[in-house]
Amino acid sequence: METIKPNAAFLCNFEVMQILQQLKDSTQKKHKREGSLATVTYETVHYLQNSDCKHQNAQSIEKFLEAMKPFKLTKSEKLMMLNTPPHTELEIQLIVQESEERLSEDEVRKIISIVNEHLPSSDTA
Amino acid sequence: MFVLAEMKDVLRVTPDNFHQSLSESITTLLNRKLANKVVLNVGLCIALFDITHIGYSYIFPGDGSSHTEVRFRYIVFRPVAEEILIGKIRSCSRDGVHVTLGFFDDILIPVNALQHPSRFDETDQAWVWEYPKEDGEKHDLFMDSGESIRFRVTSETFEESLPSGPPGTECAVQTVAPYRLIGGINEPGLGLLTWWEAPEQDDEDDNEQDNDE
Repeated sequence: METIKPNAAFLCNFEVMQILQQLKDSTQKKHKREGSLATVTYETVHYLQNSDCKHQNAQSIEKFLEAMKPFKLTKSEKLMMLNTPPHTELEIQLIVQESEERLSEDEVRKIISIVNEHLPSSDTA
Repeated sequence: MFVLAEMKDVLRVTPDNFHQSLSESITTLLNRKLANKVVLNVGLCIALFDITHIGYSYIFPGDGSSHTEVRFRYIVFRPVAEEILIGKIRSCSRDGVHVTLGFFDDILIPVNALQHPSRFDETDQAWVWEYPKEDGEKHDLFMDSGESIRFRVTSETFEESLPSGPPGTECAVQTVAPYRLIGGINEPGLGLLTWWEAPEQDDEDDNEQDNDE
């Protein structure tokens, strides 16, 4: 076996959850779930369902990314925002490197309102 | 935290699987081979994403199986450095705090990456963040098992694991974790989720903690 590209593309938690759930449904019908695959899909889906991505959908993610365009954030920063949506200024500081220099206070507030609009957390939903 | 890894392999499909379509057999074989396993310098494999290319199948003399070269993409758990993840505390020890994500357990937050100042409570077997209050006193914040914790991934290590001996023999099998993550919570905003909740919920939390103590 050979690895061509260990890092061909990034997936957000929501995509992984969707794929694994489809897999779970399709293999259950056929009654032939393989041991290790069944274990890892069960545990991963369990983890993802307890995270915020349970309330996301494809449209809301697309709208969120569109709304985030003006802020000049990197791809991985936006990915992290999808996976662990920030609801406070402190969480944005953690995700965005050197956020004090790159984002003004107004922009941080705008990001929080965009996040609350498109990616509601489990408490508010 | 999840990425796609592009890989190539030659798969042997035995004749008793010829009644299925080739792609179906390949999917089963790849998932059997890789699911829930760590590939060196790639990460923890979760499930097959798609098959990008199926080459010609060959049959070798003396073997009825078909051998097919396949290129495919696999969903792999591999957080990038500096990524923020949320997990649960599995246990605490003198080495630090062990964190689990449910499907991945080998995460350690070493002592030097805990909030400062922290101490290890021997009776409760838990790390305690001695949060300094304004009046000079300390407020003890316990890190109990099962609590949700937000941490930053600081580094990763892959270790080549040796194959275990034949079944039935009692040779010492090394149990090294093939893929380990080192995390840190020594920044404001990191640590137990309850530490940083919005101020209006703080009062409730304090009461709960008082009751626990």
